[in-house]
Amino acid sequence: MSLPAKQNTIHIEQLRKSYNEHGAGDIHYIIKDVNLVIKGGEFFVLLGPSGCGKSTLLNMIAGFVSKSGGNLKVDDVEVQRPGSDRAVVFQQADSSLFPWLTVRENVEFGLRMKKTPKAERREISDRYIRLVGLSGHEAKFPKELSGGMKQRVQLARVLANDPAILLMDEPFGALDAMTRRTMQKELVNIWRETHKTVIFVTHDIQEALLLGERIGIMSVGPSSNITDIYDNTLPYPRDVAAPEFYSLYNRIQAHFEEE
Amino acid sequence: MKWLEKKWVSVSLLWLGALIIWQLGALLYGPDVVPGPWATIKGGKELIADGTLMQYIGISFYRVLIGWVLGSLLAIPVGLAIGKVHIIRIFAEPFLNFIRFIPPIAFITLFLVWFGIGEQSKIALIMYATFFIVVLNTLTGVLAVEEDKIRSARSMGAGEWQILLHVIVPATTPYIFTGVRLAMGTSYMAIIGAEMIASNEGVGYLIWNSRLFFRTDWIFVGLFCLGFMGFFTDRLFGWFGRKVLYRYGVVTAGPRRR
Repeated sequence: MSLPAKQNTIHIEQLRKSYNEHGAGDIHYIIKDVNLVIKGGEFFVLLGPSGCGKSTLLNMIAGFVSKSGGNLKVDDVEVQRPGSDRAVVFQQADSSLFPWLTVRENVEFGLRMKKTPKAERREISDRYIRLVGLSGHEAKFPKELSGGMKQRVQLARVLANDPAILLMDEPFGALDAMTRRTMQKELVNIWRETHKTVIFVTHDIQEALLLGERIGIMSVGPSSNITDIYDNTLPYPRDVAAPEFYSLYNRIQAHFEEE
Repeated sequence: MKWLEKKWVSVSLLWLGALIIWQLGALLYGPDVVPGPWATIKGGKELIADGTLMQYIGISFYRVLIGWVLGSLLAIPVGLAIGKVHIIRIFAEPFLNFIRFIPPIAFITLFLVWFGIGEQSKIALIMYATFFIVVLNTLTGVLAVEEDKIRSARSMGAGEWQILLHVIVPATTPYIFTGVRLAMGTSYMAIIGAEMIASNEGVGYLIWNSRLFFRTDWIFVGLFCLGFMGFFTDRLFGWFGRKVLYRYGVVTAGPRRR
């Protein structure tokens, strides 16, 4: 596989999001002065407690939420609106999948919007439905699928558009523990196969350690920030029982308990 | 008591009970005040024999159908626009909430002045009766579309028109369907009022005109016709929803409820 011409590097400098900017009284920051560089092809995890603004940061990278200050660039291009280079996998599959479309039609949605010819659409959707392990379920509607399968549909649906960057907002948060474990393994496999840049939001330390090459820790809001970045060089697939895994887990755990 | 839950048993019992009470009422008050089932059937036969009943049903049905279809077709895009465009909603919503309390019947005289005594004024009245219900339901549907759906479409490269056509319209379909179905009911109410006041034909005219001859049995015939017309069009529309709009999540009261 040849190297992509673009590096798909995400540059974030002094990024802020505030509300009540024009009102009377103090300005409240959701996130304040975030600095971060995410390299192309990297698996980056944003870890932090609920309400710390990690979803806000993700939504800003997606282009859904506008910034109040600072810089947010993908390959020197300022992020201003959503784009098909940055795909989003939402936490709730039920609210983001289209229930009136079958699995295949959901996966082909982006291609249909781009008016890709039907034969090509079918070929691409076949490939990604197979990749996420949903072959044989193409004609089903989302309501006929389990929670884990719905998240697979979401994954196949965004991958079909061949985005450079995958933004995932606690996508396995609503799944049961066993399904979740399977999905984590498969996500790692898909990432290694497709070389996408992944930014994965979670509040689960174990999940962060299983998935990420780097783990950015976000402080408790308001005015939250990325306070530390942990490198996780353990080889994939990762073993929860390995001593290195355990010691890193304890370090991050201790980090949160100090706060 | 399982056999009672069978539909044909419960429905037959219901109608049998109604018939008995009706007949008792007729015996108690006499045929001029409450014409019994038999008298009503005889009255119906008379009206069928001279052809007026079928003609009246046809004309009432035609008015409702034209006005209801046109009103819905007009209301759906308006509802979508009000729901989708914030600035339109700011202006439209107070107006909608004011005018929806004015019943169609209240407009009859004005519509006669504006559209003449012909079919136009009746169809305009049905359109009015349909319009606001469908607009309000469509609007509610648009506002209920999950933000995640719009966001995911947008991040998959869909433009604003594509989002409207491929996300908002299908997601709103169950609401539109409910609105259109409810509008059918108000359309029947409106047309009967209009035909009573300003028409020479139609089921409403039949009911109103029967008073001149003191034919209460004809009134009963008219009432039954209305019930059946509404019942069958509603069933037909519900069946259409279940069959054709199934994938959009249109659910109508099926044969079995729980």
